[in-house]
Amino acid sequence: MSELEIRAHVASSPGALGGAARRVSATELITALLSLFLLTAAIAPQLVAPGDPLAIDPLSAFAAPSVAHGFGTDESGRDIYTRVVHGTGNSLLIGAAATAIGLGLGLLLGVLAGTLGRAVDFTVNRLLEVLFAFPGLLLALVFILIFGPGVATATIAVGLSTAPGYARIIRAQVLSVRSSAFVEAATVQGLGRAGILTRHILPNTLTPLLVLGTLGIGQAIVWAATLSYLGLGATPPAAEWGAMLSAGRTYITSAWWMSFFPGLFIVLTAVTATVLGRSIERRLRHA
Amino acid sequence: MTAVIGPDAASPLPLFVRNLSVSFGTAQVVRSVSFQVAAGECLAIVGESGSGKSVTARTLLGLAGANAAVRADEVALGGRSVLGLSPAAWRKRRGRDVGLVLQDALVSLDPLRPIGREIGDSLRLHTGMGTTARRRRVIELLESVGLPEPGLRVRQRSGELSGGERQRALIAAALALDPPLLIADEPTTALDVTVQAQVLELLDDIKRRGTAVLLISHDLAVVSRIADRVAVMRDGDVIETGPTRDVLRRPQHPYTRRMIAAVPGDKPRGTRLASTATAADRAAPAETVHTRERRAPNAPVAPRIALEARGLVKTFTRPDGSRVNAVDDVSFRLEQGTTLGIVGESGSGKTTTARLLLALTTADEGCVEVLGEAWSTLSEAQRRPRRATVGAVYQDALGSFDPRHSVGRILRDAAGAGRRRRGTPHPRVLELLDSVGLERTVHERRPLQLSGGQRQRVGIARALAGRPQILICDEPVSSLDVSVQAQVLDLLDEVQRELALSMVFISHDLGVIQHMSDHVAVMQHGRIVETDAAAQVFRAPTQAYTRQLLAAVPTLPLE
Amino acid sequence: MPRRPAPDDSRITRGVPARSGGARLVMRVLGAVGVLWLVATLTFFAVRLIPGDPAQAILGGPGSQASAEALAAVRAEYGLDQPLLVQYLAQLGRLATGDLGRSYALNMDVGPLVMSQIGGTLLLAVLALALAWLLALSLATWSTRGGGVARRIGSGLEIVAAALPHFWLATSLIVVFSIWWGVLPPISTSGAIGLVLPVVTLAVPLAGFLGQLMRESLLTALESPFVLSARARGESERGVRWVHALRHAALPAVNLSGWAFGSLISGAVVVETIFARPGLGRTLLNAVTVRDVPVVVGVVLIVALAYILMTVLTDVAARIIDPRLRLA
Repeated sequence: MSELEIRAHVASSPGALGGAARRVSATELITALLSLFLLTAAIAPQLVAPGDPLAIDPLSAFAAPSVAHGFGTDESGRDIYTRVVHGTGNSLLIGAAATAIGLGLGLLLGVLAGTLGRAVDFTVNRLLEVLFAFPGLLLALVFILIFGPGVATATIAVGLSTAPGYARIIRAQVLSVRSSAFVEAATVQGLGRAGILTRHILPNTLTPLLVLGTLGIGQAIVWAATLSYLGLGATPPAAEWGAMLSAGRTYITSAWWMSFFPGLFIVLTAVTATVLGRSIERRLRHA
Repeated sequence: MTAVIGPDAASPLPLFVRNLSVSFGTAQVVRSVSFQVAAGECLAIVGESGSGKSVTARTLLGLAGANAAVRADEVALGGRSVLGLSPAAWRKRRGRDVGLVLQDALVSLDPLRPIGREIGDSLRLHTGMGTTARRRRVIELLESVGLPEPGLRVRQRSGELSGGERQRALIAAALALDPPLLIADEPTTALDVTVQAQVLELLDDIKRRGTAVLLISHDLAVVSRIADRVAVMRDGDVIETGPTRDVLRRPQHPYTRRMIAAVPGDKPRGTRLASTATAADRAAPAETVHTRERRAPNAPVAPRIALEARGLVKTFTRPDGSRVNAVDDVSFRLEQGTTLGIVGESGSGKTTTARLLLALTTADEGCVEVLGEAWSTLSEAQRRPRRATVGAVYQDALGSFDPRHSVGRILRDAAGAGRRRRGTPHPRVLELLDSVGLERTVHERRPLQLSGGQRQRVGIARALAGRPQILICDEPVSSLDVSVQAQVLDLLDEVQRELALSMVFISHDLGVIQHMSDHVAVMQHGRIVETDAAAQVFRAPTQAYTRQLLAAVPTLPLE
Repeated sequence: MPRRPAPDDSRITRGVPARSGGARLVMRVLGAVGVLWLVATLTFFAVRLIPGDPAQAILGGPGSQASAEALAAVRAEYGLDQPLLVQYLAQLGRLATGDLGRSYALNMDVGPLVMSQIGGTLLLAVLALALAWLLALSLATWSTRGGGVARRIGSGLEIVAAALPHFWLATSLIVVFSIWWGVLPPISTSGAIGLVLPVVTLAVPLAGFLGQLMRESLLTALESPFVLSARARGESERGVRWVHALRHAALPAVNLSGWAFGSLISGAVVVETIFARPGLGRTLLNAVTVRDVPVVVGVVLIVALAYILMTVLTDVAARIIDPRLRLA
């Protein structure tokens, strides 16, 4: 069982965001705007936060949130809002990379298990069971134990941790399509195994991937930030959200804003990703 | 408010409705209907899907839904009005003045609770009876509905009972407080024919004991068994009402006449069940039938065996390890150009037989030959080039289409035709659409956007795409409304004659089988119990089971 | 509306017992042992990938300037000069007797170390699970009562809750409750009051997930035919929920409790660190940071064991609640 499976399951429930709607709902509009904001912050942060994230200003260190510094300043006087916005790119990149790793690996394992017969399925299933016995971050921690801390290792670690979840979902989808009535009808028509794979199984398996990936990115970002927070991922002064939070740990009693706002952005991104994933799922289903 | 309504003050009418209208938003679902039911009488409301009959039934219990707007001159249960009742007041009346029986007791009874509790709920809510008294009454009720071993059943859950037993338990639950009125919404639709007959007997019994019964159904024949009066609903209106025999023998309204004409049964093959629709009568434009041009049938072929099954055996292992013979030594021959009807109840093995004929599963023993050559004994690679000879039409048309494909794509793939430029459909696709009476514009649409009847037509077109010589139809019309069913059966009939197809037609519906088949095989528990020419089997069956089946089938009392 | 008769499988469902509960339990236990063995194997070989000389690590790390004799002695003692397969079998043998090795950094046997820490984590996990269930159930019930507005609010709250990272929630709670309002201690002291913030931090995101599932199945249950039958008998709205719908709503959450437990243990790593509580999570993090391999392996194995046990328990619980599963 993985967090991803639950998110995917809930996203595909009929009541997830109301029934079919042709028009764009208010929620979707807000989600779209937020996504746009986040993407802009990632690609061209100067548009949203002009200023230098590394600019030191010791005189205004530890300034509380004000008009001049919306999110306050950190111990070196750097504007937190600017740093948070400029950190979006890093964090999203890490999340996307981890998701890509997990999704790619999961796709490979899931399709292999679903199409190559009992023996392969059995082996892959046992492998997945073992990986699931490392709940949550534990697998990532073991990976970091072996390969040492750092941004790259943390990213790969998160990707590996999410791969079993993806693999199981994709395997279930492949098996479901294989035993479906329309695949049987295709067999009756004389379509061969290769044809069924390319015409029916793969297309019907790849479509949910977009939704899965979107749901997964939020989760990946949270986990990557957690690892950074624990000192095992990105380290300050990198403007990555988790690292900023880690730096803010020491000053929590005096300057709460150092930890709060980066974390807020993490939550915002994760929520946006979840709602986006659900909207896409709904639209695709009713297409 | 109003005084007691009824023939005399001492015995108010269990149900009295005048000018009831129900709408959801702007959609008017029930328009000004009026009817009444007296004690010991059964009124049946008959209609197809979308007629508003189920909404009417639920409205009589105040359960039409939160967004339903209900207006009426009067609705009275047991002589007392229920218009404008508060939720608390409604709760006191439900179960006491009226009981509800729904379709499919498997989901109409809480699958997690023992049925004893479900039945005892009414007693718990409305009376002050203690646990022991309730339990005694529940066992009494189960006996009165004919459930064997009630003491044992009380502790079981709905999934542990058979279909018929579950339905009886559901009826017992509705009758717990001995309400004057029982509303039954499609109570036998999910049941096998023989079980259905028993449950109808039970309802008849209940009626004779003095309860008024309001029966909702789509099946005229079922209704004719126990209903004293019939009201036919269509699009929210009651278009005809009267004593059952009168309405069924001398229907006044053209819609009623069409409904009766659409019921297959002993109508000879070749009789059109559906009349060509006039524009004014058609309800939804999506159902417009493009009248197909009838082509001259090909020259008759010399009889030859199109398909032969010999000694087919297929066993499955149940979860607990025991084995069940799904198909047990089944043999038959299909002569070219004819239709073999395979009929049986659930668990008879007919679906497994269909899968064996289509080589979707391999038989444990026995073989199938197609056009005199090996079929089931071949490997899939050897069989694949010949698969075009056998086409299939399925019960769940929608499920048999890839959800991502358009109709055009589905037919193109089936015909093995290449892609065309965007927007220009392949001529073969258009040809196929014509042959099943669908408009050419349908090729751009997705199956989800079509109606049930249209989808099945696409299914038939798909089956014909490979120019098969044999067609296997597995319950092709079971999910369709009667009038749509009639059209699809007519289409199958025409197509078969024009293309000289040999057809295996599988169904649980004896009327459909009787209408469509030249030969019939009756299956029970995996074996063929009786097989003969259709006329023989239906008029002079030799086996006890066949006779039992035929006796259980409700038929329309026409002359 | 499909008109096909439902398959009358009375022959199958009536009176024919499924494989007996005892046999099934034995199979599960065997399966669990199998998974544990695979986990131990995987960790054994994974750990061999760590760069550096294990003998040196045992003696205190690369900067310890250990002499060649000391290194040789350690290698002999720990069997590090044996062929890989022999080492593997020796490790399995040790695990079978419960010997989890000795910590590099803490000069303690891993077994007793883990056992001393596991209590703290289990306490947090169990309390958090209970609180999460309570929150999820309340939110699900409340949000399905009213109309669309309550539903949207409930759904929104759940999505946000599920997206909260533990570390952020923990620090925010500390800021609000300890620093501003001063009602709760920031670092866990002994006693129940020190449990409040850590348990809430763990429970809220989990409640978000469970709540989403519960609400979905609650809504499905409320629209099902058996609830209509119940209403037709005069059952009140409250009765419908408590007597019927809730049991159905709880089913998926019960199935999930195994995963939930695992997720809580994972969250405990962060929570124990932030609140300075003793427990496996903090132990694990420290061990990873200093590369104390035996401790990491020991904790991982114990966690895997606990997780698998929890999964078996959840399975049993699900079967008790839903008798339909017993027939499958």
